Amino acid sequence: MAETLAYWQALNRAHDVEMAGDDSVFVLGEDVGLYGGSYRVTEGLHARYGEWRVRDTPISENSFAGLGVGAAMIGLRPVVEIMTVNFALLAIDAIVNMAAKIPFMSGGQFAMPLVLRMPGGVGKQLAAQHSQRLEHTLMNVPGLRIAVPATPQDAWWQLRQAIASDDCIVLLEHVMLFGEKGEVDLHAAPPPMHQAAIRRPGKDLTIIAYSRMANLAQEAAEILAGEGIDAEVIDLRSLRPIDWALCVDSVRKTRHLLIAEEDCRFAGAGAEIAATLTERCFDVLAAAPLRLGGLDLPTPFNAALEIASIPQIADIVEAARRLCRPPGKE
Amino acid sequence: MEREHVRSMVRDLLLARRFEERAGQAYSEGEFGGFLHLYSGEEAVAVGVLHAAEPSDYVVSTYREHVHALVKGVPPGRVMAELYGRRDGCSGGMGGSMHLFDRERRFMGGYAIVGETFPIAIGIAYGIMLRRLPEAVICFFGEGAANQGTFHESLNMAALWRLPVLFVCENNRYQIGTEIHRQAAIPDIHTRACAYGMPGERADGMDVLAVHEVAQRMLHAIRSGQGPQLLELDTYRFRGHSMADAGAYRSRTEVESYKQAGPLQRVEQKLVAPMDRLNGSPAALDEASLQQLRDEVEQIVEAAVAFAEASPAPTLTDAWDAFHAPGRHETLIRAEQKHG
Repeated sequence: MAETLAYWQALNRAHDVEMAGDDSVFVLGEDVGLYGGSYRVTEGLHARYGEWRVRDTPISENSFAGLGVGAAMIGLRPVVEIMTVNFALLAIDAIVNMAAKIPFMSGGQFAMPLVLRMPGGVGKQLAAQHSQRLEHTLMNVPGLRIAVPATPQDAWWQLRQAIASDDCIVLLEHVMLFGEKGEVDLHAAPPPMHQAAIRRPGKDLTIIAYSRMANLAQEAAEILAGEGIDAEVIDLRSLRPIDWALCVDSVRKTRHLLIAEEDCRFAGAGAEIAATLTERCFDVLAAAPLRLGGLDLPTPFNAALEIASIPQIADIVEAARRLCRPPGKE
Repeated sequence: MEREHVRSMVRDLLLARRFEERAGQAYSEGEFGGFLHLYSGEEAVAVGVLHAAEPSDYVVSTYREHVHALVKGVPPGRVMAELYGRRDGCSGGMGGSMHLFDRERRFMGGYAIVGETFPIAIGIAYGIMLRRLPEAVICFFGEGAANQGTFHESLNMAALWRLPVLFVCENNRYQIGTEIHRQAAIPDIHTRACAYGMPGERADGMDVLAVHEVAQRMLHAIRSGQGPQLLELDTYRFRGHSMADAGAYRSRTEVESYKQAGPLQRVEQKLVAPMDRLNGSPAALDEASLQQLRDEVEQIVEAAVAFAEASPAPTLTDAWDAFHAPGRHETLIRAEQKHG
C-alpha cells in the first residue's frame, strides 16, 4: 500500500488529489505555474488544471496573500505558496491583520479556508535573509493554526487536512526536507492534524522537537540507546495548537525534558514548551528542563559557522547525557 | 432617472447624515468607546456608488464605513449595536465601528489598516472570475491609501487578470492631518490608473447624481468583462478624522466653504428647486416630501439607538464561539480538546 515518496512529491500529490476532488481549490504564488514551483511542489499542476487554478503571481507577497484571504471569504479554498518564510514578512499584514482576524472580527460570520505554505529553516549557505525560522512570530497570533510536517507521510496528510479545513492554516515546511524520502501510505486514515506523535518510545527522558529537528532527535535517540539512555522522542507536528496532553503524559513518565528547536532560543517555541510543561509537571521533574535552540544571531554564511549556529545531533546527544547523568552523580 | 430612485437616494443621504451625527452624540455622551470616524460630508460617494450596484455585488470598505454598510442594506440597528459593542451588532460586538461585516449582504468588512481593501477586493474578484459569475466588487479607499504598496500591487494584478473591481477613491484631501499636496507626488489619484493600463475617471463626489451616473456606467463595463476601473471622487469630511481630532490643520473658512456646497445642500438646490430652475423639468422632490424623509430617518435612527441600547453585552463565551466558529466541526487534537 505504501509508496516511497520524497517530501516534495508527497506535497505535490496532496495538491493534486485535493484539486481534483474540489474545484474551489486553487494555488497561487511566485513561479508555482509554468515553472512548477521553486521546490517542485506544484510541478505538473499548471498543465493539468490551467492558469486560473494554478496562478503565477507578480512579486507582491502582501497582495497575493491578501488575495487568498479575499477569495477564502467567498468560499474558495486558496493554497498560497510563499516561496520562503522570509518573504512572508512582506505578507505579515495579510496573514496577521487579515487572515487571522477576519473570522473573529466578523463575529464568526466568515470562515478562512486558506492555506499558507512556506518553507523555512537553515538550508545550505543561504545567508541570513534566507535562513530564518519564524514560528515564534506566527505562534503568537490567535487565529492562525500552524502545522510543521517533518516526514513525507505527514506532509501528505497535513496538507490535505489543511486544504480541507475552514480555518487559516500555516504549513511551515523546511528547505532541507524537500528531498527527504520516506514511506507514504496514501490510503491510511490520518491522525488529527494537530496531534503530536511519539516517534520513539522511551523511559529515561522526553525529547520534544518539530520539523527537521524531530528527525535529528530521532537519530540522537538511537545513539543514546547505545549508551543505555532510553529517550522518548515526540514530534509535535503542530505548533498551534500544541498537543499538551501527550507531552505531559510523557514528561510525567520520564521526569526529564529536553527541547530541541532550530529557531532562535530566545523567546522561541521552546520557551513556551518549557514554561507550560514546567507548570504542569513541576512536581515530578527530576531536573530543570533543557532547551537547545539556534544561537541568538542572524545565520552566518560561512558553512562551518552556519552549522555551529543551530543544534546538531551531537548537541542533542550531549544535552541528553547532561540531563540524565548530571556531573558528580556518576 | 425615476423619481422613486431619486427619492431613495435622498433618503439614504439624509439617513447617513443623521446616523453619523447621532452616533457622534452617543459617543460624546460616553455610550461607547474606541475610535469613531464619521462620514458627514462624504455621503454622496457611498450613496451614489452603491445605488449603482447590484445586490450581488460585493463591497469592501475602510474604517469610515458605517454609511457604506447602511446603504448596502445592513439594518441601522445592527450597525448602531456594533458601534455600541453589543451582541446584536452586525459583527456580534467583536468588531466595533471599524469592523462592520455582513456576509449575507455581501458587505465584506471595514478594515482599519490603510490599504487592506485592495487585496481583499482582488481576492473576491478572483473568485468571481473562477466561478464565471456576472458580479463585481466595489473597493472603497481613501486617497491616503493610494500610497500604500498594496494599491500598486493589487491594481497591477487586477489589470493583469482583468478582475471585475471598481476601485473607488474617496478623496477628502486629508490623510488625518496631512493635506494631499504634502503626501502625494501625483495628487490626481485617477491618473495613476494609467500606470496599469486601467481606465481612471474623476467626478464631483459632492453631487450624488453625478456620482451615480458615472458609477453605473463603470460598473456596467466591469460586469461585461472589460476589466477593472478606478473612480476618484472629490469630497470632504466635515468633521475631524476621528472624534479625537479637533481639526486644527484646516481653516474654518475652508471647512465652512465645503459645508456650504455639501451633498445635502446640492440636493436641496437641485432636486427641490422650483421647476424653472431645472430648465422646465419638474423637481424630483418638493420641500414637503423632503421634510417627510427627514422625519422618517429621524425615526429610523432613534429606533436604531433604542435597539442598540436594548441589546445585551456579549459574553466571553460569545467571543470564544466567534473565534472557533469556522473550525468548530474539526477535531484538532482529540475529541475532548479544549481551547487554551
